[in-house]
Amino acid sequence: MFPPLPNPDVKASARFGEQDIVRRSASTVAAPARQLTPVAKLIDVSKCIGCKACQSACQEWNDLREDVGENHGVYDNPLDLTENSLTVMRFTEWVNPDTSNLEWLIRKDGCMHCADPGCLKACPAPGAIVQYSNGIVDFDHDKCIGCGYCLKGCPFNIPRFTQVEHKAHKCTLCSDRLAMGQAPACAKACPTQAIVFGTKDEMKDWADIRIKDLKARGFENAGLYDPPGVGGTHVMYVLQHADKPEIYAGLPKDPRISPVVEIWKGVTKYAGLAAMGAFAVFGVLHHLVMGPNRVSREDERQAKELAEGPQ
Amino acid sequence: MSAQAGRQPETEVVPGPAVHPGNPVTVDRYTAGARINHWITATCLVLLALSGLALFHPSLFFLTGLFGGGETTRILHPWIGVVLFVSFIGLFVRFWHLNLWRGADTTWIARLGKVLGNRDHEDPELVEIGKYNAGQKIVFWGMSILIIVLIASGFVIWDQYFSQYTSITQKRVAVLVHAIAAIIIICVWIVHVYAAIWVRGTIGAMTRGQVTGGWAWRHHRKWLKDLVTGRPSS
Repeated sequence: MFPPLPNPDVKASARFGEQDIVRRSASTVAAPARQLTPVAKLIDVSKCIGCKACQSACQEWNDLREDVGENHGVYDNPLDLTENSLTVMRFTEWVNPDTSNLEWLIRKDGCMHCADPGCLKACPAPGAIVQYSNGIVDFDHDKCIGCGYCLKGCPFNIPRFTQVEHKAHKCTLCSDRLAMGQAPACAKACPTQAIVFGTKDEMKDWADIRIKDLKARGFENAGLYDPPGVGGTHVMYVLQHADKPEIYAGLPKDPRISPVVEIWKGVTKYAGLAAMGAFAVFGVLHHLVMGPNRVSREDERQAKELAEGPQ
Repeated sequence: MSAQAGRQPETEVVPGPAVHPGNPVTVDRYTAGARINHWITATCLVLLALSGLALFHPSLFFLTGLFGGGETTRILHPWIGVVLFVSFIGLFVRFWHLNLWRGADTTWIARLGKVLGNRDHEDPELVEIGKYNAGQKIVFWGMSILIIVLIASGFVIWDQYFSQYTSITQKRVAVLVHAIAAIIIICVWIVHVYAAIWVRGTIGAMTRGQVTGGWAWRHHRKWLKDLVTGRPSS
């Protein structure tokens, strides 16, 4: 049993804010004066019963309402993340080839809060995406311009857009609750402690205990999903089969920011400005050195002779 | 003078005799329709470059202010692109025939040094130029190809209406292709604008529609001779 989540007085002032921003989209920030303790949410897939209390709690806290859906014959509801469902349970029925057992793998999908966030790297709007020193990656909808670049940058296909304003939405890790010392709404609502929340170190330690337990139960490949390709994440999974993350509804095995996005936001940006500048500079220099190409009086005379006959 | 005879293959025909006696002689180069068509395209291209650059590099994000902020920039940019594409089709239909590559164009490129050195009029092989020289033809075809690449990749990343038709991987490639094509077309545009400034007497062709006879003699002698003699121009 993980110790119960604290429930401190919420009249206190916010525990972190703008002064703790370490990365800001399309802009640079001065290094913050202090380093917050990195936090993490640990989702233990082996303990999830698929009740969707986390989905409900998320909608409740964020004041979102999903449209009434249709039954698609599967447990997933809605079928995918939406601008109103910032987290969804993804259900997979997987037959373990070693034991022939049917395993019901239920993964709570949502923003992973990457240490190296692709969304932030791709975003062209200054300050629309920020990262705090505790690891939270957050969207500022007032600054979001709705271009959809964050979705191209994201290795996990997470951001979703509102229909009318076309603004990007995703899990905030309940940054507003965290600022008041409260745990994320999903973690608070989870009845089986499949979702626990604490510092990243605490979560890794807790994951170790869970992994040992799973290994003792025959899940030899149980392990922690904290992918190094994106610098680690502040939402981590305990997986029974950590060697095969893709069986969990396509969880990427080695997620990283796409090299196409790296080229687009890296060398293209600088080489592009340099190329345009070089062409402009060439024009200025050419004009200074060679001067204009002027029509001479002789040219006009020749033309007149051609058009009107010998003068 | 039978300036209009035998010029049927041209799409961009100046009605009536194109060469006007006077001091200096003036020559009709662009019809009013062509000029309006050109300036609609030009305005769109400049607006697209400004709004596109604003979203391309953070140091240029301030350019969104010209369009009423980041969000309206994002909304307007693709629509301006559609207007440009339709407008450019008009230019393409008018001018493609006159921009077909000829043997003389290869010579012109081979002797680009003379052209850039303002010495092209001294070379007898570089003066017999039709309505367009090789440099202008490269700008024309460069613009044509890049505009197709830009509109195609642009639709792939126009998320508000078309996001469901392509995968994220395709969108990533499209956004990179769009950025690179935009950089190249801005470079082509710089060449186009600079050439019009460098070669004095050119801009009047796209404003009043006319150039002087001397300008035509110096830069497009074959075109001028064809207009005077009434031969089909190329």
